[in-house]
Amino acid sequence: MIANYGYEDGSGFYYITIDGDVCARCSHHACTTACPQGVYVIEMDDYDDLVAVVADGARKRLRELCAVCKGQNGAGGTERKLPCTAACPAGAIRHSW
Amino acid sequence: MEQTEHYWRWSEKTWQASGLDWRHAAAVTVGIDVGSVSSQAVLLADGRLLAFHSTRTGSSSPDSALRAFKGASEPLGLTLDDVTYAVGTGYGRVNVPFADRTITEIACHARGANYMGGPSIRTILDMGGQDCKVIRCDERGKVLNFIMNDKCAAGTGRGMEVIADALSVPIEDIGRRSFEIDEEPPPVSNVCTVFAKSEATSLLRAGWSVNRVLAAYCSAMAQRVAGLIERMQVEREFFITGGIGKNIGVTRRIERLIGVEAIKLPADSVFDPQIAGALGAALFAHSLYRKAQKEASSAGAPGVAEVAGA
Repeated sequence: MIANYGYEDGSGFYYITIDGDVCARCSHHACTTACPQGVYVIEMDDYDDLVAVVADGARKRLRELCAVCKGQNGAGGTERKLPCTAACPAGAIRHSW
Repeated sequence: MEQTEHYWRWSEKTWQASGLDWRHAAAVTVGIDVGSVSSQAVLLADGRLLAFHSTRTGSSSPDSALRAFKGASEPLGLTLDDVTYAVGTGYGRVNVPFADRTITEIACHARGANYMGGPSIRTILDMGGQDCKVIRCDERGKVLNFIMNDKCAAGTGRGMEVIADALSVPIEDIGRRSFEIDEEPPPVSNVCTVFAKSEATSLLRAGWSVNRVLAAYCSAMAQRVAGLIERMQVEREFFITGGIGKNIGVTRRIERLIGVEAIKLPADSVFDPQIAGALGAALFAHSLYRKAQKEASSAGAPGVAEVAGA
């Protein structure tokens, strides 16, 4: 299951996409420790796969929470190496902005 | 004394299957969907639709869940003690006191839509009370991809309720009346629920008819949702769930914008797009009950090791 967590507001489209089928094959869960803002947590999804999800409290604050890492990485973008995307060698995590 | 009309108040709905006696069923499973605006309960007897009830969510999620359950079960003489397995879903799913398990509304809407619309359904738009989701699923109703926007209530059921009250139009008439116009007006610039009332009032002051304002508001809502659908790329067949699914003023305009017609339920169908989440939850409850039964019967049978050692 591909999950898109985030929101759209007047300033833009802020979504983190997690490919659950790819994520479920990983047991390291390095994304959870790589993110300095604690955006990711591991949860059992509806089909009993253990996957990374964007934490409830972070879903409506992504622009603000990810700003620090994106600033350090040349304003972010899917091609840039953010701590979370770099920690996921399988490429299950993508940012929309 | 001045009497206040509640134009936003949509009809609560109850339905029971005739000729289906739950007392003869091996399992009665229940799905409870506690949404931000409405709560539904769906009851299944051995996987067959037994009853449902849709009611308004109150200030307490547990009370709303219980009210929805009682609305469906009391006419049948069924109590919580008769329930084999219950699944809670929706915004308030963790507060359904009698749920054996909780499952997200995303998975439940996909499964419910698959049951109502058939296995050809691939894209589901759920227009809820305070959020909006686009879900892609497979032929079994399993979610493949989803996107939701719950940061803002614009373009949701609550927004429509505010407009109904602001314009003194019963909410169930909005869709029809939004087409009783000479030509389609431009969409309102602001679908924000907070500012909807002031924008509607200023349009009326500018000489717009009530129907024209309704058309402009439905059109803006449709545009907002169509943007989310297009990001996911709609795959046929397309189905709309949630309360707004019953508002043709919005759904027909969405169809026009995305160029895909949504699957409609037959006129004599007992289903209601608003119960999709609870129906999906009840179907999950039935599957989970059967899975537990299967596990219990295999645990009761002689194990492989015992047989080998005998």
